[in-house]
Amino acid sequence: METKAFQKIYTKLTQITKATFSLKATGIGYDELAFVNGKLAQVVKILGDTVTLQVFGGTEGIPTNAEVTFLGKAPTLKVSDDLAGRFFNAYGEPIDGGPPVEGEEREIGGPSVNPVRRKQPSELIATGIAGIDLNNTLVSGQKIPFFADPDQPYNQVMAMVALRARTDKIILGGMGLTNDDYLFYKNVFDNAGALDRIISFVNTTEDPPVERLLVPDMALTAAEYFAVDKNQSVLVLLTDMTLFADALSIVSNRMDQIPSKDSMPGSLYSDLAKIYEKAVQFPEGGSITIIAVTTLSGGDITHAIPDNTGYITEGQLFLRRDSDIGKVIVDPFRSLSRLKQLVIGIKTREDHPQVMNAAVRLFADAANAKTKLENGFDLTDYDERSLEFAKDYSNKLLAIDVNIDIDEMLDTGWSLFDKHFKKEEIGIKKDLVDKYWPKN
Amino acid sequence: MSTKGKVKGIIANLVIVGADGPVSQNEICYIHYRNIQLMAEVIKVVGNDAYVQVFESTRELKIGDDVSFTGRMLEVTLGPGILSKNYDGLQNDLNKMEGVFLKRGEYTNPLDEEKLWKFKPLAKPGDNVIAGDWLGQVDENDMPHKIMVPFSFGGTYHVKKISGEGKYKIADTVAILVDKEGKDIPVNMIQKWPVKIPITAFKEKPRPFKLLETGVRIIDTLDPIVEGGTGFIPGPFGCGKTVLQHAISKQAEADIVIVAACGERANEVVELFTEFPELEDVRTGKKLMERTTIIANTSNMPVAAREASVYTAMTLGEYYRSMGLRILMLADSTSRWAQALREMSNRLEELPGPDAFPMDLPAVISNFYSRAGYTILNNGETGSITFIGTVSPAGGNLKEPVTESTKKAARCFYALSQQRSDSKRYPAVDPIDSYSKYLEYPEFEEYIEKTISEKWIEQVNKTKTYLQRGKETYEQINILGDDGVPIDYHVTFWKSEVIDFVILQQDAFDKVDQSTPIERQEYMLESILELCESDFKFESFTEVDLYFKRIINQYKQMNYSEFKSEKFNNFENELNQIIQERIIVT
Repeated sequence: METKAFQKIYTKLTQITKATFSLKATGIGYDELAFVNGKLAQVVKILGDTVTLQVFGGTEGIPTNAEVTFLGKAPTLKVSDDLAGRFFNAYGEPIDGGPPVEGEEREIGGPSVNPVRRKQPSELIATGIAGIDLNNTLVSGQKIPFFADPDQPYNQVMAMVALRARTDKIILGGMGLTNDDYLFYKNVFDNAGALDRIISFVNTTEDPPVERLLVPDMALTAAEYFAVDKNQSVLVLLTDMTLFADALSIVSNRMDQIPSKDSMPGSLYSDLAKIYEKAVQFPEGGSITIIAVTTLSGGDITHAIPDNTGYITEGQLFLRRDSDIGKVIVDPFRSLSRLKQLVIGIKTREDHPQVMNAAVRLFADAANAKTKLENGFDLTDYDERSLEFAKDYSNKLLAIDVNIDIDEMLDTGWSLFDKHFKKEEIGIKKDLVDKYWPKN
Repeated sequence: MSTKGKVKGIIANLVIVGADGPVSQNEICYIHYRNIQLMAEVIKVVGNDAYVQVFESTRELKIGDDVSFTGRMLEVTLGPGILSKNYDGLQNDLNKMEGVFLKRGEYTNPLDEEKLWKFKPLAKPGDNVIAGDWLGQVDENDMPHKIMVPFSFGGTYHVKKISGEGKYKIADTVAILVDKEGKDIPVNMIQKWPVKIPITAFKEKPRPFKLLETGVRIIDTLDPIVEGGTGFIPGPFGCGKTVLQHAISKQAEADIVIVAACGERANEVVELFTEFPELEDVRTGKKLMERTTIIANTSNMPVAAREASVYTAMTLGEYYRSMGLRILMLADSTSRWAQALREMSNRLEELPGPDAFPMDLPAVISNFYSRAGYTILNNGETGSITFIGTVSPAGGNLKEPVTESTKKAARCFYALSQQRSDSKRYPAVDPIDSYSKYLEYPEFEEYIEKTISEKWIEQVNKTKTYLQRGKETYEQINILGDDGVPIDYHVTFWKSEVIDFVILQQDAFDKVDQSTPIERQEYMLESILELCESDFKFESFTEVDLYFKRIINQYKQMNYSEFKSEKFNNFENELNQIIQERIIVT
């Protein structure tokens, strides 16, 4: 981004904090961008002639006589088909050595879609992972995060989901991504020969944290271009939203705002909702689906970040290591896809909802049996059988290394019921039992 | 001349305006930005500075931008044509807006100016009338929509002239009233009312007593809500708050449904937009949407309008209540509204209360809930607003300020439990923690004795006792072990499981099971209580759960079948055979 020659240059800063600075200036618009000593900054507060700006790159080394030039516009991204296959930083500048992208310049963080212009999501996104497809089916236009501890393989699962989902574009918004993970994504996409349908906006751990605030809006502005203008199905991956929220709290703290729960700004819910609600299905066929990662500390979902996220997103996916089988599984209790009701038993086989519920209920019985066992009580025959079922269920369906289609998942479910239980123990509608219970 | 002003400061959607004349609290003003006007509401005044919350994005606003004050508070426009509309929080008709994206400064008319309504006079020349009295009625989607003396009219008026039967547009004069000074006042079908002020054009507001059937068993049977009652549903995310609320809105015995989707997911609103025009209203045979109004302020729409949206919805409800109709109003979720208050309070740099919420939060919430109720109108007719709000407690902790404040205001409490939700026991309403204060109302008891049966309340209390006892025995079994307790303990526990699986749990996605009329609820409860009061013979505890699982399975098949159909009767006969296997006949 270049400055224009006729622009007024300010050189007297009145206040500098770790993330913001103030100066006296007039005629400045709210949300407007400025350059301060070559670093990008954005107006966050105007009081009379005092303008406060947050500096995305941090205020390190900015002197009180720094040169400040205002750009007269909010952050923008140039959109065109040339975005495909490219890697950008948080400002939308290429980091892959290629030329800048030409196209229509659009403000990022634009207006919301009129709810009456949306269509109810109804297209299933198959991933081959039974813990997702069977129990927590994803639908295009949905927004759903992985809730995971930092040591869990969420980036791998997300990359797998992205590649198996048949979408026109995959947009990666990386916030505080380690360089290793960034290269992992790059390699996976490259090896799958999918680079031409991938667009990446990446802020790595090496970049200043406040820059991250731009990444989701950049990624979603690109997504809206393809979904609205080109009627394409777009999958947006946002990792890691916890680091995004941390950056929000840094800025609000520097602006002396009163923090609410867990030192997060009081507006956290609205800030996150503005991003996640960009997920949409349009009647013309275009869609934006968001899969995000929210890292937890010690599995605590009552922390303000996962808690607010859970209220915004349409479900959440939990990964957990199952010590009985020594594999990572998609936790059936704590995971949920709210939109699955729109497709299961409708786009999939009629027995899907009941098989799903029965299996989870039996898995819960096994969990109770396990507690009994741990407390030193005798197990009943039913307890023993449910424990055996749980192991099979984890191994054949919940584990993230499963890759089968949904009918096969349902058949596997029935065969496990048959192996461990009697018909009246599974509580499924009689018509379905008659039709699908294995015959031999 | 109206007050003008200039922008002096901007902090997100809070704008400080230097005003050149008088400004009142909650007054609406418009900020001129390029060719559009951004609506804002005064929330604080210091000297000549008005602090206004802008209902739109403030991007690119500048110091010195012009502001004009309107001298009026935030108002809704009332008149025929509100039903089946989709509004935003400020009552803009969303369907009239052009383009995929919401444009800043685009405001649309909530009513249709050109539509002709079939008017029938109800008042006669010579009548004396006061605010809220019915002058005539038009037919709005087969609902008798009363044209009333505007609520803002004080004192008594004399009807001079009233239009005859015929078709009129909303702006046509339908009556001429004469005030005390003898001045003629023409009245048309449109009136305006500020949303933050309750409409009180009724004679009295007695305690509500009529059962409001929702078809949801755990509510109707265990913790009933009444016409004009208030209730709230708190629960952590993923526990089925919205599914439960949607079920209530589809099935409840109300004339009109108003849904305020307040700061929640857009796809949930889209679900309403998609389903309600398709869903048939069993009682009228018409589409559900015809008697529904949806106020959508989804979580990505401007925060300040979120607060307005619940007030807009309530005011529309009060308008229809004054016509002698039964309104069901739902708000999902009131926590988002409280958070909107918190965001503004924070920007105003007010001293915070608990969890950084504003100090007056409990007062704001209870004031709002008190606008619901059962009313007797001036002409002796009755109307009601039943209000059910959801609360999204942070971290699922019911000790947070919004839940606690709401608990003081609402009479029914439907606590959603994470544990029940985890084991897929839906609706995940906790039968032990939840309550309905209406069960204690003598008026309600009297009503139930007449409409259901004399022993109903006794049966409900018995059911609650069985559930409580079941929970206690379950804890005992867990401490002492399966074989460490008498077999009776297992039987007691499993009897409570039968109640749980058959009465409490309900499949919101099954055509038959999703809604249970009260007659069927009575039949099932009777059957299950008979089972609970019987004694059974078992040799060992391992037989108990297998036996009761068969009973539950049989009952569930009954729940999935049409009431008293052949299938239903067959399952019931099989059930009776299973019961005969072990029952001890005394």
